[in-house]
Amino acid sequence: MKIVVLIKQVPDTTDVKIDPVTNTLKREGVKSVINPFDMYAIEEAVRIKERVGEGEVVVISMGPPQAQEAIREAISLGCDRGILLSDRKFAGSDTWATSYTISQAIRKVGDFKVILCGKQASDGDTAQVGPGVSTHLDIPQVTYVKKIDKIDKTVAVVHRMTEEGYDIVETPLPVVLTVVKEINEPRMPSLKGKMKAKSAQIPVWTADDIACEPDKVGLDGSPTRVMKVFTPPPRGGGQMLKGETEDVSSKLADIIKSVIIG
Amino acid sequence: MTGGEKIAVILDKCVGCTLCVKVCPFGAITMKDKKAVIDLTKCTLCGACAEACKFKAINIDKTGSKSDLSGYKDVWVFCEQKQGKVQTISYELLGKGRELADKLGVRLCGLLLGDKMDTACQDIISRGADRVYYVESPKLKIYQDDPYTNVLTEMVKKHKPEVLLCGATTIGRSLISRVAVNIRTGLTADCTGLDIDMGERLLLQTRPAFGGNIMATIISPNTRPQMATVRHKVMKEAEPQAGRKGDVVKETLPEDMYHSRSKILDIVEEIEETVNLAEADIIVSGGRGLGSPENFEIIKELALVLGGAVGASRMAVDSGWMPYSHQVGQTGKTVCPKLYIACGISGQIQHLIGMKSSDVIIAINKDPEAPIFGVATYGIVDDLFKVVPMLTQELKKRLK
Repeated sequence: MKIVVLIKQVPDTTDVKIDPVTNTLKREGVKSVINPFDMYAIEEAVRIKERVGEGEVVVISMGPPQAQEAIREAISLGCDRGILLSDRKFAGSDTWATSYTISQAIRKVGDFKVILCGKQASDGDTAQVGPGVSTHLDIPQVTYVKKIDKIDKTVAVVHRMTEEGYDIVETPLPVVLTVVKEINEPRMPSLKGKMKAKSAQIPVWTADDIACEPDKVGLDGSPTRVMKVFTPPPRGGGQMLKGETEDVSSKLADIIKSVIIG
Repeated sequence: MTGGEKIAVILDKCVGCTLCVKVCPFGAITMKDKKAVIDLTKCTLCGACAEACKFKAINIDKTGSKSDLSGYKDVWVFCEQKQGKVQTISYELLGKGRELADKLGVRLCGLLLGDKMDTACQDIISRGADRVYYVESPKLKIYQDDPYTNVLTEMVKKHKPEVLLCGATTIGRSLISRVAVNIRTGLTADCTGLDIDMGERLLLQTRPAFGGNIMATIISPNTRPQMATVRHKVMKEAEPQAGRKGDVVKETLPEDMYHSRSKILDIVEEIEETVNLAEADIIVSGGRGLGSPENFEIIKELALVLGGAVGASRMAVDSGWMPYSHQVGQTGKTVCPKLYIACGISGQIQHLIGMKSSDVIIAINKDPEAPIFGVATYGIVDDLFKVVPMLTQELKKRLK
């Protein structure tokens, strides 16, 4: 049973800071990490394989050549092999083109039963690529999955988080599942995994390798355009209320009342 | 420009000022021999460099094939319903949608999928819609990905709206991305600002990225409809106007469109003590400073007096003090209430990302150096176990 995990390399947001002088993002020393939500997808993929008792976990990432570090990390966490989608032709891809490109790669991998990814990436926050992939592949999806109740080679029963609680959904395979943090607690990389990751060959697939139609990738394949990018005005520190606890509490109660009542 | 690249540095104009290097959010520009060099594997063609360059030395080819867009008109709002009740997010979108439709000089239309919801159609009209497209079937009573995607795709193809807005809810985000792929049009998630550029009738979609550290304005120049999702509480809800008139267009689509490959076996509601975090106007959150699950009681009491929801930091959730559904922050929920009260939360960036767009932020923390004070509108450096109960008492008196 083939399980595909989609991961994205993102800047470690704990490090993203605004330079107060130039008012731009400070990048020096910003680490790249696997999108935090994708860590849960990796873990769940490995668990599905363990649960079913056989299978292969294939990790796919699209990005610059250095994104292969993310793939190596995924292998150290239990994935069997990885593929990097990297091509200058992919530059400027929005979520439409990205989900198309990834779905072409998944088709090439072939014979997949479950496709897992995080509910969204921490840099773009769109939550669009998972559903986009399921649509390009014309297979069902369940988003915001917090638990896999049952899974075999043909069907899965999962819990899908909603605003009010959760839905219990039965879906035939193949399926795209986007997962939330609650689904599991990712394991640490094993020594064996680390060794495997170090020596793993990670093939790079280009647009031609996965038979992409030229007008569906990169900027040409992207319906959206970024018109401008700007830094929001920083939220300045506010007013500190000082004094005896009684006075401060009373003052604060007045403030809250005026905020609520308007 | 060389060989069909989408972005290029015009070497004659580049003076090597390095301004573009500084503004590039993706670290894609370096200097070589005092000229800017763009790493195309990192570049996303966002245009920040071209805008910053004072010498017009960076050229971006943003043209694309333009199809005939003249047949598309009207602004649509996907009206999300649960158990036959239109969700408040839809009223917020109708408020904004009305404004956009008026600017464009077109109709505002609600799109509703459900069963036995004729009254709701009138409600949508009273909130500003000129027309409601209502697709009625018992099979559309509960949201399911497949039938909803099929119906929306079909309705958009048939009636050709120029703008389609949808809530950035669990349902909205799962559904609308699929529709955008089917229609092959642009979709922008979580917009905090929407406006119209009348020249090209473009929807200007402004959204945060990198956890709100940068903002981007996105357009979909060559495809229609221009689709965007908006989070809760970002737009102001349209109030109902008595006697407002509009028409309801009921549509029935072929039965096979209502077929779902997946099946909902059960819907489980986990109503906690208070309201849904994403919809809450007031949130009282607790963090590490509370020290134990029992101590969350004082947070819950304050929330109760204020009629607000209870939030928690990642630390409090990871320690098992509160369920995950209460977690605010990067790996939890993003919220933007009118009032956010952070108690015993130091304010790690992951938490700030999830709440810093709240209108008013109050922080109570013992540590004067806590980063939360950097975003707080009002800060109190004191023991939360003294301040919070006292504040609850004071508010009880004032809010009787």
